[in-house]
Amino acid sequence: MIQSNDNRIFQIVAHVVLALFSFLAIFPFILLIISSITEENTLAIYGYTIFPKQLSGEAYAYLFKEGNQIVHAYGVTIMITIIGTFAGLIIMSMLAYPLSRRDLPGRKGFTFFVFFTMLFNGGLVPTYLLYTNYLNIKNTYWALLIPILLVSAWYVLLMRTYFATNVPTPVIESAQIDGAGEFRIYWQIIIPMSRPIIATVALFVGIAYWNDWYNGMIFITKPQYYSIQNLLTRMMNDIQFLQNNSSLSAALAGTAAIPSISVRMAIAVTGVLPIMIIYPFVQNNFVKGIAVGAVKG
Amino acid sequence: MVAAKTTSVPRSAKFKKYLPLYLMMLPGVIYLIINNYIPMAGLIIAFKDLNFRKGILGSDWIGFANFRYLFATSDALLITRNTVLYNVVFIALNNFLGVTVAILLNDMTALKAKKFYQSAVLLPYLISMVIISYLVFAFLSNDRGFLNRTVLPIFGQQGPSWYTNASLWPPILIFVNAWKNVGYLCVLYLSSILGINKEFYEAASLEGASKWQQIKYITLPLIKPTIIMMVLIMIGKIFYADFGLFYHVPMDSGALYKTTNVIDTYVYRGLLKTGDVGMSSAAGLYQSVVGFILVLTSNLVVRKVSPENALF
Repeated sequence: MIQSNDNRIFQIVAHVVLALFSFLAIFPFILLIISSITEENTLAIYGYTIFPKQLSGEAYAYLFKEGNQIVHAYGVTIMITIIGTFAGLIIMSMLAYPLSRRDLPGRKGFTFFVFFTMLFNGGLVPTYLLYTNYLNIKNTYWALLIPILLVSAWYVLLMRTYFATNVPTPVIESAQIDGAGEFRIYWQIIIPMSRPIIATVALFVGIAYWNDWYNGMIFITKPQYYSIQNLLTRMMNDIQFLQNNSSLSAALAGTAAIPSISVRMAIAVTGVLPIMIIYPFVQNNFVKGIAVGAVKG
Repeated sequence: MVAAKTTSVPRSAKFKKYLPLYLMMLPGVIYLIINNYIPMAGLIIAFKDLNFRKGILGSDWIGFANFRYLFATSDALLITRNTVLYNVVFIALNNFLGVTVAILLNDMTALKAKKFYQSAVLLPYLISMVIISYLVFAFLSNDRGFLNRTVLPIFGQQGPSWYTNASLWPPILIFVNAWKNVGYLCVLYLSSILGINKEFYEAASLEGASKWQQIKYITLPLIKPTIIMMVLIMIGKIFYADFGLFYHVPMDSGALYKTTNVIDTYVYRGLLKTGDVGMSSAAGLYQSVVGFILVLTSNLVVRKVSPENALF
């Protein structure tokens, strides 16, 4: 009886502590969402609150009607996320498969070549100078796609280990005997047999692209190339930005001003919304990914 | 002689056989050369007086002059201190909270609640720092923030001007960092706890061990290797800061640099804001080299403690 009593106390303590942690984790999002649907003057008077005196959908109405800039930035983010995830997965898995082959001459050297990039790096200054002064990707979509994010040594090594342990060598050998070329083996045997690791890496790479603001902050100065994260960065520093860049800025003179305070929050909501929506569906994969070390701590 | 016999296949034939595999690796190898290896070589600009008209290779060598300037300023000490001290606190606090939450979650009998709590604490980990800076702003904004307008007035307090008061920021940054990362560590430790043989707990409760005793004598000792490994990996990265946390969350406010400037933000501002590329590249090289030494050292220790978790 002492034990179950002891356990009951543990359960109560656990519920209290975890409920508190969960509240702390979720509350900021609730405040953000409510702020985005609070009437503009109410925001100006009472600030960001959870029980605003007056609600309003004006921020979202504005986003739908006049938010060309926002819709465009959204499109940029979606495009870069899709292309980056696909291209990254193909390049990384094509590098990982040969490294998983024990018979490949020079395998150790190549593996070290990949691995060393995790230990040592040149940092921002040389990377920036190379990409802007020699490869000229400043203010192009390439800048959002290529630097830093496209290939990660950690994912390459993770895939290599998975291929080596989950695709039996006899399977590859018999395919070779049947006359299949390496590209065919890669595409028709390795990839289909490694769906779990491909899905996990795709999830992490996709989220990294969706959330990325760093490349845009460094390499993009022209608003037409902004992703949603870059637009948010810019708007945080410059609340007038939307007004100045609105396609209707001339026509707006004399009419009601943009609900700039709530619009900022509304854009932030649209930035997190896709993550929130897919989260319940991918959470298990995400958790498994963390457990196998798919996140670089 | 034996080696000579086994490689009786002509080199060219062997190369031809593996050519498709090498071709397959080519895009990735080229990418790593461009994105990683050329910038490593580019670290030499820290020893140059960079002149864009002459190009990087054509610029004059100036030896350690950039480093002398950097370490003559008070900035060098400040950014090193901030980077390392914040990371020390992050490592201690986040791992402590991660282990605690993992243990509480693991033994929770209400499964639906367990699932909900885990989802909730992991959620912030998926959110970008830019969005987080908006969340923080909703709390700390001087004239509209939730703290200044709703919470503090309840206690009859006047809210401070958060974004101009540097001494307020260490606890804020520590909180935000924990808020974002504890969920990840919790999941990691939870997977480690799930690997513990259930019979240990059954035997212990038959012997009358209390919950606390089970945690103390079974759970904690058995996940200790994971904890040590995580701590060592984090120590290996102690010279690198989370740029977004120290740049976006304080909204790049100049008044806060004393407690928010870290090596990464210093390098960024030198390169792109103040145009002081010499100092910036010196700070970058300093970070790369010390970071490299720390990674090697921490890995050496990991290899001693638990060889199977060593990176190399």
